[in-house]
Amino acid sequence: MSGFSITEPSRGQKWIAGLLVAGYALITILPLIWIVATGFKSSADSIAYPPKVFFSPTLEGYVNLFTTQTRQTQEFLAAHPPQTWYEEIVHARGLVIAGPSRFGERFMNSVIIGFGSTFLSVSLGTLAAYAFSRFKVPLKDDLLFFVLSTRMMPPIAVAIPIFLMFRALGLSDTHAGMILLYTAVNLSLAVWLLKGFIDEIPLEYEEAALIDGYTRFQAFYKVVLPQAATGIASTAIFCLIFAWNEYAFAVLLTSGTAQTAPPFIPTIIGVGGQDWPAVAAGATIFLLPVMIFTILLRKHLLRGITFGAVRK
Amino acid sequence: MAEIVIENLRKDFGSFTAVKSSSFTIADGEFFMLLGPSGCGKTTTLRMMAGLELPTSGQIYIDGEEVGQKPASQRDIAFVFQMFALYPHMTVGRNIAYPLRSQGVSRAETRTRVAEVARILGIEDILSKPVGGLSGGDRQRVALGRAIVREPKAFFMDEPLGALDAEFREHMAEELRALHDRMGATTVYVTHDQLEAMQMGDKIVVMNHGVVEQFGVPQDIYDWPATMFVAGFIGSPPMNFLGFDGSVAPGATEVALGANRFAIPQARDGGKGALVLGVRPEHIRLDDAADYRGRVLAVEYLGTTQIVTLQTEHGEVKARTASSDPVRVGATTGLAFNPRTLTLFDRDSGRALRSAANERVLDHG
Repeated sequence: MSGFSITEPSRGQKWIAGLLVAGYALITILPLIWIVATGFKSSADSIAYPPKVFFSPTLEGYVNLFTTQTRQTQEFLAAHPPQTWYEEIVHARGLVIAGPSRFGERFMNSVIIGFGSTFLSVSLGTLAAYAFSRFKVPLKDDLLFFVLSTRMMPPIAVAIPIFLMFRALGLSDTHAGMILLYTAVNLSLAVWLLKGFIDEIPLEYEEAALIDGYTRFQAFYKVVLPQAATGIASTAIFCLIFAWNEYAFAVLLTSGTAQTAPPFIPTIIGVGGQDWPAVAAGATIFLLPVMIFTILLRKHLLRGITFGAVRK
Repeated sequence: MAEIVIENLRKDFGSFTAVKSSSFTIADGEFFMLLGPSGCGKTTTLRMMAGLELPTSGQIYIDGEEVGQKPASQRDIAFVFQMFALYPHMTVGRNIAYPLRSQGVSRAETRTRVAEVARILGIEDILSKPVGGLSGGDRQRVALGRAIVREPKAFFMDEPLGALDAEFREHMAEELRALHDRMGATTVYVTHDQLEAMQMGDKIVVMNHGVVEQFGVPQDIYDWPATMFVAGFIGSPPMNFLGFDGSVAPGATEVALGANRFAIPQARDGGKGALVLGVRPEHIRLDDAADYRGRVLAVEYLGTTQIVTLQTEHGEVKARTASSDPVRVGATTGLAFNPRTLTLFDRDSGRALRSAANERVLDHG
């Protein structure tokens, strides 16, 4: 016989909780599974109705994603037999590979801009948050509110002025411009999140370091930074997810050199019919970095999300 | 090792004055207590001495050098925080070694000194552990280890036993005092616990509302309080105050509370008007033959002694008597005061009137 307990759920409650979590996980993960699966389908399978759950996987989508192709005559195809497995896939459809597609470049742009702006947001945010947390800053509350207020309207509301400014400054379609823009948007979130974390770190640690003969700056990076690691990690994830997924500004401000993956992936649709497997393959690859980054930092993220809720 | 001199130290936080012109001297090697209720400015005083707060005005001399405006890192002192402030991302050993690393002490020497400190404190077996899972006592020892490893000029401790449970506090207090006696370093210790201050300190400063009320050896402060605040703050139960209107002339050896006359140490200062006679509970004897009467309200049995609360014409009075004394609640009995330590206070200023008994103590500070 077990009595009523606040902290220990009963077997039935555990079952219900488990079912709810499993149900929620299924709902969120199903579209992802579908995208990953579509990436491995043939063109015909991808638009089959009713949808195919079981299919024979092919790398066609991935090959299409990374290459551009041209149609050739049967004679030409016979004269140039395929040398590699991916050429073979293309040959089967009466095509030859003309060269690499732009996806690799666009993906690298996303990496440079996403991680670059995340790095900048988090480092600037940490310094600003530390100053707001520890020093007497004149008009501190007003400044903090101002920082937050930059987040109150959707960023896209200022798209036109930013477009004009970028054109005037020559920042349109440059990596630097996009990093700057995403940093500006993310900084308010970073400052507020990190200030919360740094506020939680007792001042005594720094004071102890000062007494132990360290300078103010040494106390900051030897004592405060390691303790703020959790906050820094979760802030970095939030910043990266925003910069990585951002679509509207990317469409507006980039077209070539600095174009990121989100505006590029939809353009695949137009190349040689609606190539859903290639789009799905692009989306799958695009998902990976954030997923890996999040999995690497997941311990910090979990602690980060509940920060302040539980007294240590 | 150092003498510490505090001169006219003052600290304002905006319009609030935390410390008002404090002055005192801490002799080399002394175990010095800063005692007072919370908010009295004792911690602020200590933090100014350590360099964690800058004084608004006044001077702090450590070892003859004025350090008031110097950063903490240049004062060569150690600080033990109430919550210990052990670096949570380091092991015990690295915590203790940390002050040495800032000074560029070699690896080999650091290892020797950390080992030596660990041996003194009996924490050799936990050196490689993270500080997270340690017990309160071990954290305390690690914090002490970090303080003593550098052999600083002085130790500053801010209620270092405050976070420990009562049982263990006693033990750590002894350990601390023994450690001090062995190292002989000047130690300044902040506490709000008067028993701790009396038990451990060579000298005590009592502060209230940012003002130094009195400083001296524990016995003097207990027996000859300079102000009613000190008299009421120190002792458990504290000194009884019998308020009366009257006068006392210089040279008098008796004071009249209404119809009752009490022998007192010969007065040096005269006083007139609202006066207070202060008497320690243990200097009251229950004596049926005495003229001064009180009705017993309550008795607290404490083993060898008992605290008897009596209603007198001057209010409630607590007496500490041998528990063998027969006392019955509701009964009326006589109270006799031991004249040796009776103190007269001026009620408006709260200051003690000087007498032949306390002038030695009051005049020096």
